[in-house]
Amino acid sequence: MVDVLVIGGGNAALCAALMAREAGASVLMLESAPREWRGGNSPHVRNLRCMHDAPQDVLVDAYPEEEFWQDLLKVTGGKTDERLARLVIRASSTCRDWMRSHGVRFQPSLSGALHTARTNAFFMGGGKALVNAYYRSAEALGVKVRYETPVDRIELQEGRFVAAHSGERRFAAKACVLAAGGFESNREWLREAWGRNERGEWPADNFLIRGSRFNRGVLLKHLIDSGADAIGDPTQAHMVAIDARAPLYDGGICTRIDCVSLGVVVNREAKRFYDEGEDFWPKRYAIWGRLVAQQPGQIAWSIIDAKAVGRFMPPVFPGTQADSLAELAHKLGLDEATFMHTLDRYNAACRPGHFDHTVLDDCATSGVAPAKTHWALPLTTPPFFGYALKPGVTFTYLGLKTDEHAAVHFNGVPSDNLFVAGEMMAGNVLGQGYTAGVGMSIGTAFGRIAGTSAARAALREGQHV
Amino acid sequence: MSEARVIPIVPLGAAQAEVERVLTICNACRYCEGFCAVFPAMTRRLSFPAADVDYLANLCHNCGACLHACQYAAPHEFAVNVPQAMARVRGETYADHAWPAALGALYKRNGLVLSLALAAGLALFLLLAVARQGSLWQAVEGGNFYAVFPHGLMVSLFAPVFLFVVFALAMAVRRFWRGISPGAASAEAVGEAAHDALRLRYLDGGHGEGCNEADDRYTLARRRFHHFTFYGFMLCFAATCMATLYHYLLGWQAPYGVTSIPKLLGISGGVSLVIGTLGLWRLNVKRHPAQGDAAQRPMDRGFIALLFLTAASGLVLMLLRGTPALPLALCVHLGAVMALFLTLPYGKFAHGVFRVAALLKWAIEKRQPNTLGVGE
Ligand SMILES: Cc1cc2nc3c(=O)[nH]c(=O)nc-3n(C[C@H](O)[C@H](O)[C@H](O)COP(=O)(O)OP(=O)(O)OC[C@H]3O[C@@H](n4cnc5c(N)ncnc54)[C@H](O)[C@@H]3O)c2cc1C
Ligand code: SF4
Ligand code: SF4
Repeated sequence: MVDVLVIGGGNAALCAALMAREAGASVLMLESAPREWRGGNSPHVRNLRCMHDAPQDVLVDAYPEEEFWQDLLKVTGGKTDERLARLVIRASSTCRDWMRSHGVRFQPSLSGALHTARTNAFFMGGGKALVNAYYRSAEALGVKVRYETPVDRIELQEGRFVAAHSGERRFAAKACVLAAGGFESNREWLREAWGRNERGEWPADNFLIRGSRFNRGVLLKHLIDSGADAIGDPTQAHMVAIDARAPLYDGGICTRIDCVSLGVVVNREAKRFYDEGEDFWPKRYAIWGRLVAQQPGQIAWSIIDAKAVGRFMPPVFPGTQADSLAELAHKLGLDEATFMHTLDRYNAACRPGHFDHTVLDDCATSGVAPAKTHWALPLTTPPFFGYALKPGVTFTYLGLKTDEHAAVHFNGVPSDNLFVAGEMMAGNVLGQGYTAGVGMSIGTAFGRIAGTSAARAALREGQHV
Repeated sequence: MSEARVIPIVPLGAAQAEVERVLTICNACRYCEGFCAVFPAMTRRLSFPAADVDYLANLCHNCGACLHACQYAAPHEFAVNVPQAMARVRGETYADHAWPAALGALYKRNGLVLSLALAAGLALFLLLAVARQGSLWQAVEGGNFYAVFPHGLMVSLFAPVFLFVVFALAMAVRRFWRGISPGAASAEAVGEAAHDALRLRYLDGGHGEGCNEADDRYTLARRRFHHFTFYGFMLCFAATCMATLYHYLLGWQAPYGVTSIPKLLGISGGVSLVIGTLGLWRLNVKRHPAQGDAAQRPMDRGFIALLFLTAASGLVLMLLRGTPALPLALCVHLGAVMALFLTLPYGKFAHGVFRVAALLKWAIEKRQPNTLGVGE
């Protein structure tokens, strides 16, 4: 019998497998995806949020524990377990050398993202390079990996793990780590969680999934049904507004639309609905998914003029282009009269100021609702561009409740040999909101803890037999 | 947008259009920016007209890192494969910029078979010429091959070919360079481009561990074998230059002793070339099939084979020079050298010239202010 069974194949699973193997346990990993799709959402990641008290390799300046904690507290609105959060924060300061020892490489951030070079360490080549490195290292250490093995059921005995089932196949082990991601690609569950709105629509039907099609939450649901303690709210997820033409799954980073704060956003009724210039785009990035989800048809359009071109990350799909605003309305299929009214009112409300998209500038509207509080320039320079937006789900927050040993809990009692890591428990730390790179901080910290705990549980059990 | 240069609107060919498609995705993603110069150069642009595509394609070293690291690689529906798309365009830039233009088609034909056939044909021609004088199997006193082929004859055969090669390649690069003229090269930019070319900086993977060959593992093998090949070639070239100086400046006639400078340069260069080309051959055969353009493999291998044959036959010639096999070995060696030179401007050799030009463009360009303010 194998000592430690790891279910999942992304960052958290790999961290757990490597740690368990390093602790001397034999390890088998079960990944539901085929090899070419391995890794779940992790191939889409870009960076890791790291605490550090002084400049360190790719990180500039300092990002002390307290500041990291305050950032987390702010975005979660207090929906976080301080003990576990601080554990993650501290672990984020020391994990990079271990990551390097398994082949992960970091790079200085190059293209103008200097302010993130303080808080986040960027992976050379992104998450797929990281996942590849971990798999190479795991295989070199003798971790066995089985692809195309979706686990649908766990055999439990009084809160202890006995075996995992994938269809007809049964995998017994002395201990187990669950790291099978969230449930964002389970359309039925999303539909159920978001329900029906006052317009009679099922909003979740219009969501796009930014990451893996394999994170179906089968195990999460199964464990909750089997009495495991859950934490979080099923409608809470990291949601951004992405290009409506993005693929249904795995659109990843490139489908983001970065021009929101440079123009205006209108809904299907051709009306504005939120302050596009509230704050810097990275800070507001994660609120627009929910904002669009609340609009009729779960769709909106970001409208800019030629002045914005070259000031935001180039979009992956070309925008709809027109030489006049009326023509743009027509091309976008929006009611021309309302659109022109909205745009004319906005344009007339823009007060002169010093435009600077790199600071919170003083270009604001007055006398229009909603206001645009920064970067409000009238849209007057053709050509005009429109980009259709839909909500893109990054990952869900509902997860299994856990403690500092990463144990799964049943009625408040920690299991001796069943552990959880990554998106499957991220909700303990991240009850809502998001701050870039913290998903990897949580997954790396808890993946490593879960691997160590599982190895200890398995080897302890080994001595009894 | 202030555009100082006027870009002629040239419709993109199919290979260029694929690079444009792929780079549009990369430019919105940018995860690979640490690997090589292509990505930072890309981020200075919002669109990719033909000349820029040609430039970026030649800046790509086909290291493969950005294929294995790509979240949008097949089976993803975006099917991003930067090294392959770039390789196809590179192949086209060599052919499209060839001088004289009509000979551009030769790029498609300079495969392994043709290269070897050309070498064999030339060797045979020389053998027949020697045989007619009844001197095919004879020991030559002091290993003096000028007794077989007089010095003047060799010079009159090789000098025009050499001059033509240099001229043809210069004309090709000139056309490539004009596509986007990035401005004047400062000494610093030239120095950096030379450094990056001589060290093959962009085969280090951005982390010093090298590039990808057969799989997602990083290896320095290609960088090292390329160094053996390139520096071996340069040593052989230096040996020839040295011998020419000896001949014309000092009046010292070949053959030179084993410890003479031309011989030492030639032997070390030959050995290095043999090691390098064998290594590159092996890597070429084992390369991940998705990397690069499979259609260009015959051209790659033809060039590798001619380099190997030239070096190996040169070494054999040196070993056999006291024996009656000298004329035979000499004909084979000269055939190989002649075939190598004739194919230089229309084969894989061109990649070096285009790549250096692209590196220089980049060294100039990166010193200019970036007109985009996309931030993050
Ligand atoms: C586009 C995008 C960009 C992101 N960028 C960042 C970033 O820059 N920084 C950051 O910190 N976070 C980022 N995130 C969030 C980040 O992806 C997650 O926090 C992290 O990858 C979670 O890792 P994980 O191992 O828990 O889950 P995943 O990486 O999703 O892995 C889950 C694994 O479980 C497997 N699996 C699922 N169900 C089963 C089953 N029943 N049986 C067996 N296996 C199963 C899946 O195939 C997959 O291998 C991003 C997410 C997306 C989508
Ligand atoms: S090669 Fe792929 S991962 Fe790399 S920048 Fe391009 S799209 Fe992104
Ligand atoms: S293959 Fe290598 S050299 Fe070419 S673009 Fe990709 S990373 Fe750069």
